[in-house]
Amino acid sequence: MSVTASIPFRLPNDHWRPLEIVFWLLPVIAYFIFPDYLVLASQILIVGLFAVTLDLILGYAGIISLGQAAFFGVGAYTAGLLAVHGWGEPLTGLLAAAVGAGIVGFLTSFLVVRGQDLTRLMVTLGIGLMLFEAANKAAFVTGGVDGLSGVVMWKVLGLFDFDINGRTAFWYTLMVVFTLFVIARRIVNSPFGLSLRGIREGPRRMPAIGSPVPRRLIAIFTVSAAMAGVAGGLLAQTTQFVGIDSLGFPRSAELLIIVVLGGVGRLYGAMIGAAVFMIAKDYLSGQNPVYWQFWIGILLIVVVLFGRGGIMGRAEALWARLRRRA
Amino acid sequence: MTSVLGVLFDGVTYGCLLFVMSIGLSVTMGLMNFINLAHGAFAMVGGYVCVVAMTRMGLPFLATLPIAFAASAVLGVILERALYQRLYRAPHLDQVMFSIGLVFVAIAGATYFFGPSQQPVVLPSFLRGQVQVLGVDLGAYRLFLIALVTMITAALHFLLVGTRFGAQVRASVDNATAAAGMGIDVNLVFAVTFALGSGLAGLGGGLGIDVLGLDPTFPLKYMVYFLLVVAVGGAGTIKGALVAAIVLGVFDVAGKYYVPQIGAFFIYFLMVVLLLLFPAGLFGRRT
Amino acid sequence: MKKILLAALGCLLVALPAWAQETIKVGIVAPFSGPFAEYGKQFDAGVKAYQKLNGTTVAGRKVEVIIRDTGGPSAEVAKRLAQELVVRDKVDFLAGFGLTPEALAVADIATQAKKPMVVFNAATSVITTKSPYIARTSMTLPQISAPMGVWAAKNGIKKVYTLVADYGPGIDAETAFRKAFTAGGGQVVDSVRTPLSNPEFAPFVQRIKDAKPDAVFVFVPAGEQGIAFMKSFSERGLAQAGIKVIATGDITDDHVLNAMGDSALGMITTFHYSAAHESPENAAFLKAYNEVAPNAGRANFMAVGAYDGMGAIYEVIRKLDGKIDADKAMEVLKGYKAVSPRGPIMIDPETRDIVQTIYVRKVERKGNELWNVEFDKFENMKDPGKQP
Repeated sequence: MSVTASIPFRLPNDHWRPLEIVFWLLPVIAYFIFPDYLVLASQILIVGLFAVTLDLILGYAGIISLGQAAFFGVGAYTAGLLAVHGWGEPLTGLLAAAVGAGIVGFLTSFLVVRGQDLTRLMVTLGIGLMLFEAANKAAFVTGGVDGLSGVVMWKVLGLFDFDINGRTAFWYTLMVVFTLFVIARRIVNSPFGLSLRGIREGPRRMPAIGSPVPRRLIAIFTVSAAMAGVAGGLLAQTTQFVGIDSLGFPRSAELLIIVVLGGVGRLYGAMIGAAVFMIAKDYLSGQNPVYWQFWIGILLIVVVLFGRGGIMGRAEALWARLRRRA
Repeated sequence: MTSVLGVLFDGVTYGCLLFVMSIGLSVTMGLMNFINLAHGAFAMVGGYVCVVAMTRMGLPFLATLPIAFAASAVLGVILERALYQRLYRAPHLDQVMFSIGLVFVAIAGATYFFGPSQQPVVLPSFLRGQVQVLGVDLGAYRLFLIALVTMITAALHFLLVGTRFGAQVRASVDNATAAAGMGIDVNLVFAVTFALGSGLAGLGGGLGIDVLGLDPTFPLKYMVYFLLVVAVGGAGTIKGALVAAIVLGVFDVAGKYYVPQIGAFFIYFLMVVLLLLFPAGLFGRRT
Repeated sequence: MKKILLAALGCLLVALPAWAQETIKVGIVAPFSGPFAEYGKQFDAGVKAYQKLNGTTVAGRKVEVIIRDTGGPSAEVAKRLAQELVVRDKVDFLAGFGLTPEALAVADIATQAKKPMVVFNAATSVITTKSPYIARTSMTLPQISAPMGVWAAKNGIKKVYTLVADYGPGIDAETAFRKAFTAGGGQVVDSVRTPLSNPEFAPFVQRIKDAKPDAVFVFVPAGEQGIAFMKSFSERGLAQAGIKVIATGDITDDHVLNAMGDSALGMITTFHYSAAHESPENAAFLKAYNEVAPNAGRANFMAVGAYDGMGAIYEVIRKLDGKIDADKAMEVLKGYKAVSPRGPIMIDPETRDIVQTIYVRKVERKGNELWNVEFDKFENMKDPGKQP
């Protein structure tokens, strides 16, 4: 009985299963069916990507992190500051965000590769909190608590302006998220990805088969940080604003909840968790907020005690049972 | 010079308060290897019990403290037997998510029953104001805190070292399987220890209302500090928690007094440094 | 005969929709949940109080208020909600904005979609410069901090120690106070900025005690931090040492004042609204507030900001006869004057920001409760944050 239970063992391959194609057609269909909800859709995609980055280190490498928002925020501020200071080209902005967050991730990774779970939790938490304070202190650069405004974006590919209906933002976000998801998927379904799972399940055994554990962890941590930075950059560019809450602890904590609810160790779980969570929050935010917190708490307790692998886990179990019957 | 003494005094007091609230977490973490982020919720429960006892039952502040201890301890036993014990062998992630869920439920409950604002507390008059000791003005309440915590530490030490139960706890911390093999009722040890830890947290919560305030977001706000103390001190030891709490308290206060520009930053920085040097905590045993 | 009657009825029914009011929609974006839930509640009560006293119909149109919750200082959520209000719900006005990031993020939407935006609370000076369609009915921090500097210098306070929370509003308050105070001949002996989520004021208060100023100028987020500071202050005997506390009225916010207890007595603050303000407008407002929000505690400046914001919106609708055009709306708002529950207000035609009277008040106990009692004032204060 665990949130990470029963990840079915499949040898890595790169075949695209039909359900995956259906999944990626959904946003395209949504564009035509829900033209008034494009901004929400874009933000769901961004959070989905962000959740994937956490799943990479949590579900595959086993690092419990309460500080993933640090990299998201660094990416957001990098892209935002670039635009504020005159360079508003979107794609290169994202590249800069990835590099910035990747560097911070790389430097941080050395602190995270050793130590037990509690230590790593505290270190990631501490780093997130320190970066938050630093961003607040450097308010003359970041805008502090008031946020960074004046982010003016140029046209995407020189052709498409960011319009008020959110159309350009939507397609831009979808393309970027899809690309990065494909990369993440490739990483996970590769021998490297398999070694990560090995590290999560038996960190002491891996060196015995010659696998360099710290190096692998540093690698995946850096990649995850860089991707989180791109997610942050996307948010900065599509909302033309960077709030200090991009770095904050609530964002990291909420992300952890999303990944767990969606299903740890499954990339699609992270995306589905993000979608369900954000839609539910948007819908319920009008209702009594105390109930929201209460029910999320109960849901978490129930998922941990009884759920196997979150939404995706349950869905896969159901699918397996149906297939057995057929 | 008096300012150094003053800062030290304030730092030690702050550390003592952190210690009382965190000691339970340290022992249960060391004992059951359970990352319990909901520990602050027990402190909060103790705080609210104090408030209710003072406002609805009209009891004086000091009398409410034992009640807070008892209430949190009882709640601890109930939750431990009903929920926590199912997760002792679960992966740490599950424990983290479970305890976060518990925190959310606690916060929502507190908001529902008490509203989102701060709870006022009225201290008895002999605990207010300042007292002159050796030419330095020391807060009366803070002196009281230090005295109380010293007594608690002594009592805990005696409990662990001088009683049979304490020996059982120490054995279970070292190796639960072997202890069970020796005929020690490990389940009972877990339950009682958890109750004790939660009770102390509740006591700390009540003691802390005047210094740290009390509102429904208490468990989240101070969670960082408890975890800090336990992570830095090393789970499973009283000495570790005490030293870590006092070191962190003193450095936090000193940092804010002498170099307020870096304020909150410093304590996180210190934590990261200490954790790098001592990955298992200052006095930690598990590797 | 029947046919004629039926035909007449049919004509009437067809005509009714054309006759029926086109509703004017006002979209309110603010935090209604999370740590800033109180802001939204106050807005809601202020708006309802205004509509109770002034009806829900203006110039033959019904005014419909749509509420959207940001959940906290989340700029991306605020922007999304504003975009949805404009594109999906087709609102005519954007309003609310409890926190600065919300207002800053939505400014673009106001400009792009050409919708008038009325800020009910967010207090950073720069907000009104972000779009030509923004007007504000609350206050700005420099506007309320500078008068305190002037008043302190004129009233025998020579040396001041400033303590502010280390974030935008705190720094704004500190800067404006310092400028006005030193211009009046006072001396700021030292200053300290406390961390944003600071649980323990002891070391900072100790520093203040050691420096022995005449007064300490404080700015911390209202509520818990204010209470914690005052507790530390009185516990350490600073009041006995003769050190006064001067601050902006945020710290003695009407809604939390009673929770601060006796430790707040004697605090002198400058602010634009006190629930103890004696005027017929305020009495009417408070009465309506208590009727629409019976157990919500005391009304505070945020409710008044919303109340006056609705007043401005109603004026626009009235003057434009229900046909809302953003540029024309701003023309109406520029120079808009009213007598608010706080006192006289005007929207500056140049900056579209609020011009109002800032009162100097003291915390006193009247009956069972604590009130900010006004005893001095500075009239027609503009936002000094915009003056070079």
